[in-house]
Amino acid sequence: MLHFAYLIPLLPLGGFALLLSFGRRIGNPAAGWIATLAVTGAFVVALAALVALLGQAADARVFTQHWFTWFTVDRLSVGVGLRIDPLSVTMALFVTGVGALIHLYSIGYMEHDEDFAKFFTYLNLFVFSMLMLVLASNLLVTFFGWEGVGVCSYLLIAFWFRRPAAASAGKKAMIYSRIGDVGFLVAMFLVFERTGSLEYSTVFARLGHVSRASLVAIALLLFLGAVGKSAQIPLFPWLADAMEGPTPVSALIHAATMVTAGVYLMCRINPILHAAPVAAHVVAWVGVATALVAATIGCAQTDIKKVLAYSTVSQLGYMFLAAGCGAYVAAVFLMLAHAFYKALLFLSAGSVIHALDGEQDLKKMGSLRALMPITAATFFVGWLSIAGVPPFSGFWAKSAVLENAWALSPALWTIGAVTAVLTAYYMGREFFLVFMGDRRWSEARPGGELPRDPGWVMGVPPLVLAGCSFLGLFIDLPFHPTWSFLERWLQPVVGASLAVHHFGLAELWGFALADVAFALVGVAMAAAIWRAAVNRPRLEPRFLAMAWFIDWSYDRFIARPGTVVSSFAASTVDTRVIDGAVEGLARLVAGGGVFLRRAQSGYVRTYALTIVGGIVIVVAYLVTRAGS
Amino acid sequence: MTIDGAWYLTLAAVLFTIGAVGVLIRRNVLIMFMCIELMLNAANLTFVTFSRELNDIGGQVAVLFVLVVAAAEVVVGLGIIVAIFRRRVGATADDPHELRG
Repeated sequence: MLHFAYLIPLLPLGGFALLLSFGRRIGNPAAGWIATLAVTGAFVVALAALVALLGQAADARVFTQHWFTWFTVDRLSVGVGLRIDPLSVTMALFVTGVGALIHLYSIGYMEHDEDFAKFFTYLNLFVFSMLMLVLASNLLVTFFGWEGVGVCSYLLIAFWFRRPAAASAGKKAMIYSRIGDVGFLVAMFLVFERTGSLEYSTVFARLGHVSRASLVAIALLLFLGAVGKSAQIPLFPWLADAMEGPTPVSALIHAATMVTAGVYLMCRINPILHAAPVAAHVVAWVGVATALVAATIGCAQTDIKKVLAYSTVSQLGYMFLAAGCGAYVAAVFLMLAHAFYKALLFLSAGSVIHALDGEQDLKKMGSLRALMPITAATFFVGWLSIAGVPPFSGFWAKSAVLENAWALSPALWTIGAVTAVLTAYYMGREFFLVFMGDRRWSEARPGGELPRDPGWVMGVPPLVLAGCSFLGLFIDLPFHPTWSFLERWLQPVVGASLAVHHFGLAELWGFALADVAFALVGVAMAAAIWRAAVNRPRLEPRFLAMAWFIDWSYDRFIARPGTVVSSFAASTVDTRVIDGAVEGLARLVAGGGVFLRRAQSGYVRTYALTIVGGIVIVVAYLVTRAGS
Repeated sequence: MTIDGAWYLTLAAVLFTIGAVGVLIRRNVLIMFMCIELMLNAANLTFVTFSRELNDIGGQVAVLFVLVVAAAEVVVGLGIIVAIFRRRVGATADDPHELRG
């Protein structure tokens, strides 16, 4: 039963190994097709696993597959294996599904790149790492995947490493997530110290013996890891810089999958969060604060991808808000919906960038809807979905989050609602600046051919994702308990810790109407302001364009003092103190040698005299001792 | 008539001192060499004296060994001295001090 599940991560790993060995020889575009096939195969296997799980009774849907024992030290024994349960299969499905579409898109997007095969090698390695992360049966293997996706993120952000900005953005992403990794590591130490195991099932079974304070510490440390990986306050500036990578990378890693790993981790450890409400509150508040701050920043960005990047940070904040409220189903629902519409938005943006020969400035676009109707339509669907306009999936997911936020604290709900308006507004601003208004790109590229919709390789994935963004609403419908498919599906994993609220019908209608109103207000604001305008400096204040000066102040107050301290250490401490100690010792020995060298006169008679002197001393000693 | 052993020992001590002082203060390698022989024979004299006084043949045996070793030493030492004479004009012990540190 389900023994075939090992194929889910191994297919992308096989693709990676093949491309690593022969990628250059396989070449363009076959390497891309192999990578796409590997991920599609994993998707098919994940579908089969889904079907197999559905064939089981609801409470028997957790399987652990042990591959081999990684290492054993004293009472710590870490095995490598998979945990197949509804949550991990859901994650695996959307990682491989969205991943396969983005692989397909990349074949078109990267067709002129000389490192075509290398790109797909990294992408397959990424998908493998991400699958290990979500399917792992213990914390350490999850951490293995966690670091694997971090490495791939670094490699792919810095893919065009000859550009200094891309190279430093890669390093920045690595360093930021490293700060979070410290939290993850310490949390693992603590988990092992308190429960004697790292296996999820064992850890959760022994939570009863762990003190409240330890649980809070574990949850907060893991949350620190999630903050680094999922770009929450205060560790979010790296995600905007990560847009230096190729656009498919932004869509796959920095929108749909890797950055949601933190949310996945929070859902995975739901028994711990449930037992540590303090930590859950922290998660919720950090999440909602990030959602609001990032949304305000998104309103003032002029780079087409940076708007999407801050939007991703904001949406991730929503997901953490949901997880902190105990609404794990809503968090997963939003994660799925977000994966669809944000990947869609990124791919559409990528098509625009591709058509405009790499132009990313919103102010140099405009009026593209007539020339790129399909891209405009898919972007439009993405916009309405993220804005929360019914019936797109974003509406249902966001409603579920906001309801649960209200139940925990109306203050959370209020901030979330403001963010919802801002979300609809800044995405509308981007839509109008790119696709409507006057043509502003003609000056930028005189004489070039007109921008047009991409071919089918790059055209199909956004269309499929647009379909998913729409159909995503059927994942979880609030009307009737039997229609809450996602909630019933995730019941075996999160059921025990799920916050359940019973709202009356009137309240539910109230929430729904409020959500629609927020979305429409945002859309209307965007339309009113940006339909004809291009520059509205008062609406794009420097404070927001500079992202609240957060990155700037990190640079000014942490990075630069650090540089000063380092250069002081290099120029003074290293040369004077450390080198001084070493050289001083050498001089002492040399000086001692010069002093002692005088004894070595080379005159035989001096040596003889020394020998006689020695004999005299020895004899005198013996005589006096014999005498006493 | 027998002479008291102390005289022999005193003579040996005087000979030894002459030898030691000679080695230390003379610069001519041949003279230093003779002084070493003098010290060896002073020691031999002491051996023989005690052998007689204590009625123990072991001391005289030791003397034979010393004589053999001294003969071997003379061979080596004279070889070195001849070699030095070939390279240099005189045989002053202080001249070859290439081993000075």
